[in-house]
Amino acid sequence: MLAYIGRRISALLVILLGSTFLVYVAQGYSGDPSEALRGSTDPHVKAQLASLIRNLNLNVPPPARYFLWLKGVLGVFVGHFNLGLTRDRNPVSTYILAAVPVTIRLILLSTLLAILIGIGFGIISALRQYSRFDYALTFFAFLMYSLPIFWVAVLLKAYLAISFNNFLLNGSIAPAWIIFASFFSGVFWAAVISGTRQKVIAVFGIAAASTAVFLTLLSVTKWFTHPGLGPIMMLALGIGFAFAVTFVSTGLSNKAALRSSLTVVGIGFLLYFPVEYLLKKYANLLTLFIMAIVTITIAIATSYFFAKVDRRAVARTSLITSVIAGLLFIIDKLMKTWVPYINTDAIHQRPIPTIGQINDLLPAGNFWFSFLDSVLHLVLPTIALILISMAGYIRYSRGTMLEVLNQDYIRTARAKGLSERTVIMRHAFRNTLIPITTIVVVDIAGIIGGAIITERVFGWRGMGTLFITAIDTSDLNLLMGVSLIVSTLAVLANLVADLLYSALDPRIRVVGKK
Amino acid sequence: MTMFSRRSKLSEEVSGSDIFNKETEGLSQGQIVLKRFFRHRGAMVSLIVLFSLVTFVFSTLGFKILGIGYGGWWKYKITDLPALRTAGCSIELPGCPSLSLIPGKGFGLGDHPFGQDDLGRDYFSLVMRGAERSIEVMVVIGLVAAAVGITIGALAGFYRGLIDAILMRINDFIITIPIIVLGGVVSFHFGNKGILFLAFFLGVLSWGGLSRLVRGEFLTLREREFVDAARVAGASNRRIIFKHILPNAIGVIIVSVTLIMSGAILLESALSYLGLGVVAPDVSLGLLISQYQDSFTTRPWLFWYPGLLIIIIALSVNFIGDGLRDAFDPRQRRRISRKDRSAERAIATKK
Repeated sequence: MLAYIGRRISALLVILLGSTFLVYVAQGYSGDPSEALRGSTDPHVKAQLASLIRNLNLNVPPPARYFLWLKGVLGVFVGHFNLGLTRDRNPVSTYILAAVPVTIRLILLSTLLAILIGIGFGIISALRQYSRFDYALTFFAFLMYSLPIFWVAVLLKAYLAISFNNFLLNGSIAPAWIIFASFFSGVFWAAVISGTRQKVIAVFGIAAASTAVFLTLLSVTKWFTHPGLGPIMMLALGIGFAFAVTFVSTGLSNKAALRSSLTVVGIGFLLYFPVEYLLKKYANLLTLFIMAIVTITIAIATSYFFAKVDRRAVARTSLITSVIAGLLFIIDKLMKTWVPYINTDAIHQRPIPTIGQINDLLPAGNFWFSFLDSVLHLVLPTIALILISMAGYIRYSRGTMLEVLNQDYIRTARAKGLSERTVIMRHAFRNTLIPITTIVVVDIAGIIGGAIITERVFGWRGMGTLFITAIDTSDLNLLMGVSLIVSTLAVLANLVADLLYSALDPRIRVVGKK
Repeated sequence: MTMFSRRSKLSEEVSGSDIFNKETEGLSQGQIVLKRFFRHRGAMVSLIVLFSLVTFVFSTLGFKILGIGYGGWWKYKITDLPALRTAGCSIELPGCPSLSLIPGKGFGLGDHPFGQDDLGRDYFSLVMRGAERSIEVMVVIGLVAAAVGITIGALAGFYRGLIDAILMRINDFIITIPIIVLGGVVSFHFGNKGILFLAFFLGVLSWGGLSRLVRGEFLTLREREFVDAARVAGASNRRIIFKHILPNAIGVIIVSVTLIMSGAILLESALSYLGLGVVAPDVSLGLLISQYQDSFTTRPWLFWYPGLLIIIIALSVNFIGDGLRDAFDPRQRRRISRKDRSAERAIATKK
């Protein structure tokens, strides 16, 4: 195995060398960084030109200059990492170090959500093959697949951000919208939960009615202008999630798992006021980190207390429930920050921004203000990225799930009388995840390329912006810095995909030289 | 609970395959594929839409191939600067679209179906020229990627050994370079050499996935008995590749090429949007969106029409690809509808 990894890594290093060389030479011959200076009428132009040529080694032809650049990069092994200077004589690495976290923040959340939602919908659609839901979802996926992201972004800015901000000034939902939303929710749930005609009508009625009641309540109580969950609401939501998670993860017949996850929710409820106090008093990332660890510990301890056998399944269930409960705490806290936040001068009652990654005018030093600010700046780009990248996951997981459902072992599982939930979640779903994993890993590398456009549309200052600046100004070292990071990630993703595949699927064994 | 409810399908499947077999009896492989493709409603609609769209787009402004030219039926060229249309528009917004799909007075294209930009240029002719460019780019990228990908995949899969190792390293190389990075670098500097040059270059970079698929097909197909039989009968390598293996791999190839094409139209528009692809005075759909996105609130038609054309083209290509995939996949079993079942019963009672 080790020999295999070693061989793969050395092959990948060669590929990396080749691809950086190609980009370097292509850019080196096609763009002249001194072009702008040559046309300038500045009296000091000669001295400037000379210093530019000296700094960037422009008197060396590109193929040879590549090795000077490479020498700096290889310095990473001896502690002198050097990506060279930009045109204005700043080290490239400072730009890169500032840009990488921005891009990661942009794509991390949207990628996670797109994977979760995409796989979930894909699998439901496979279980309901050739139903109306399946056809509708297929059409939706193809539509999303054909949308240019910069076009979606403009629509989102106009119809989501600006309209929502206008709506918030008043905060009551128009009756026409309530009727439309209730109808839509009825159709959606009736399509997901299929069955006999009577049952479909019943599901439609219940879903539509409860949505209508819910939205009317939110509208009448002006919830949108004064959002909040409160301890009772959080307990209700927590219990709901505990049941839902247990149902999907182990089945409701597993009493230990149900009791354990309900207890986790109960502990969370008891700790509501202490946690709230802590979040207010010690508002920083360290507190959140410690709380996350405490939450995980509580979940695992509870599951060990309740489960005598099959502890892993119970622990998994309680862990997922506890993570959801923890997120509820953060959402609750953010909602409490909402009213003071939108009343600050910097926000001025228009909370959903259409551009930028952070609001510079916001008073500094308030942890929850800047937290909420980052979250709100993520809303539009995240929705745009999810819409675009979800389509692939829906199509792929649907196809894989259908293939798995045709396998003999699924028939065997059914024949020995397992419940349908066990067949789907334990036998089919897990095997579906194997090929999906590899697609996801390779996709992550591609997403960074796609982030270039997203950053441009939403005015974020990350890797994409650096890339475009570098091309526009013929800044070779800056461009190489960006493409080195992107290519390295792509290469690593390919390696991880191969290794994961052989780790997950025991039928595939790596043949290492002995 | 009902999420996992089981629908018993066992009995359906038995009679279903009977119906299926009856339908394909006595047909060649190609006829079966065609028959299945024609039955895929989404793909058929898309094929008709795409075909009419391409005809419409290319006849609007005219074209010239090898000296034979056609002037086009539209009255404006992209360089014309007619006065802004005021009749029928609000006073603040002259140059609004005159397209009307509601039967009655004013039905039809009108003077400026897609409106005019702030200079007065006819937006319909601009969008049509942009669509022409986008379709050309799509086809060129698809053809170049197919040619390179099939050649490399076939050579690697058929000859294996050293050739395979070298070609697949080149392939890894192509796959790991993010296409938007290298494409951006090249098209920014060579954009003035013409859009077809750019498309050719992007095609040279897009064959990575296709050649892997073709190689995989060749690796399995070359071990099959019919290849052995051909070799025993004295067929040359060239004949085996072109006559025996390639036709059997054509399904995978066509599906993959349609996916490359629908990706190509988005890639071109993204590059042009970033200012790295097609440059003015030439026109492309992505460039139009990028030029006019700020006028979304004042002149929304400048934003809607190019976007809608991109979506229609990409969506129909995707659906055609899906139809082809279904048609070529021998494992795919069609859903047996109630109509088929009653037809089956009718046949049975006649006997």
